[in-house]
Amino acid sequence: MEKTVDQTNDRTANENQLEDASKRALRPGTPAPEFHLQATPDQRVSLSEFRGRRLILAFYPADWSPVCGDQMALYNEVLPEFHKLHSELVGISVDGVWCHLAFAKDRKLHFPLLADFEPKGAVARAYGIYREQDGFCERALFVIDESGTIRWSYVSPIGINPGADGILDALEDLEEKGAAA
Amino acid sequence: MTRRRTDYAIRGLDIRPGDHIQGASDAPVTLLEYGDYECPYCGEAHPMVKQLQRTLGGNMRFIFRNFPLTSVHVHAEEAAEAAEAAGAQGKFWEMHDRLYEHQDALAHPQLIAHARRLGLDVEKFEDELDRHVYVPRVREDFMSGVRGGVNGTPTFFINGVRHDGSYDFETLLEAVQTRIKRSAA
Repeated sequence: MEKTVDQTNDRTANENQLEDASKRALRPGTPAPEFHLQATPDQRVSLSEFRGRRLILAFYPADWSPVCGDQMALYNEVLPEFHKLHSELVGISVDGVWCHLAFAKDRKLHFPLLADFEPKGAVARAYGIYREQDGFCERALFVIDESGTIRWSYVSPIGINPGADGILDALEDLEEKGAAA
Repeated sequence: MTRRRTDYAIRGLDIRPGDHIQGASDAPVTLLEYGDYECPYCGEAHPMVKQLQRTLGGNMRFIFRNFPLTSVHVHAEEAAEAAEAAGAQGKFWEMHDRLYEHQDALAHPQLIAHARRLGLDVEKFEDELDRHVYVPRVREDFMSGVRGGVNGTPTFFINGVRHDGSYDFETLLEAVQTRIKRSAA
């Protein structure tokens, strides 16, 4: 897959924006805001359904853009490791459910994509990672524990696929803490 | 763009037994590539790496690890297993080159044809492919990359540091030469 590097020359503005975005994103220790989003035309998925399991929320700007494809394709491959660490994964963007379906089918994704579509970006706003100026969300990751508390979050530069290493580290930390408790 | 948490660039990237290595063990620079045989960008990078090796000779060691994105590249996993199966018969690099030079011919019968062309024991090769003998090995490569911060293919590491720039020849050469100078200083 193509490695996409931020093309703009305006590094300073971008870096400032990223810093702001990272500050706005909900922090570890915060209760994760509930959501109730369409995963398929006739099925909705709620945060509360994941109680007792760990959940990775992968917010991404849009279906079909090359980096997103890369990121979701990568997570698709790492899914067995996420499961081994007792966690589920969902992707979230402002795309509608039909768009998500086509994208998931094309990329053969084995995890749900949720449509933060109406009201547009409401869940992204609740998590502090909506980009008002663009009308889509940041590329942001949240790891939520069994009781619904955010335990790790990360906002990536919008053009950079954050990979899966940060998520795996966060999940392993939770495993260790769980074992110690 | 700065890499977040550079310490992660090192994890999973140490040389492991069974790694496919070209070049001198005392070379000042090690170029590590995570690649997918069906990825067109890896195909583009392949001749760049060859050119680097020719240019730098004993100054650079090259390691290749598998990073097949199997859901978007249907033949990538079996092609990676085929390279490993050829490696078991002492011809990893011959198969590696052949696969990158024939990215449009990676289906099962074509992999068998490549093996025949390289003079491998085809029966053994096919049996190992059918039994998926090298699945764990390919997965091990893949996960070492995930833990090391690989986020797409190809991803290059130069002495354990992820190269986030372009992988055209000049950019790679400059990045590698900077490392050579640093290790000489």
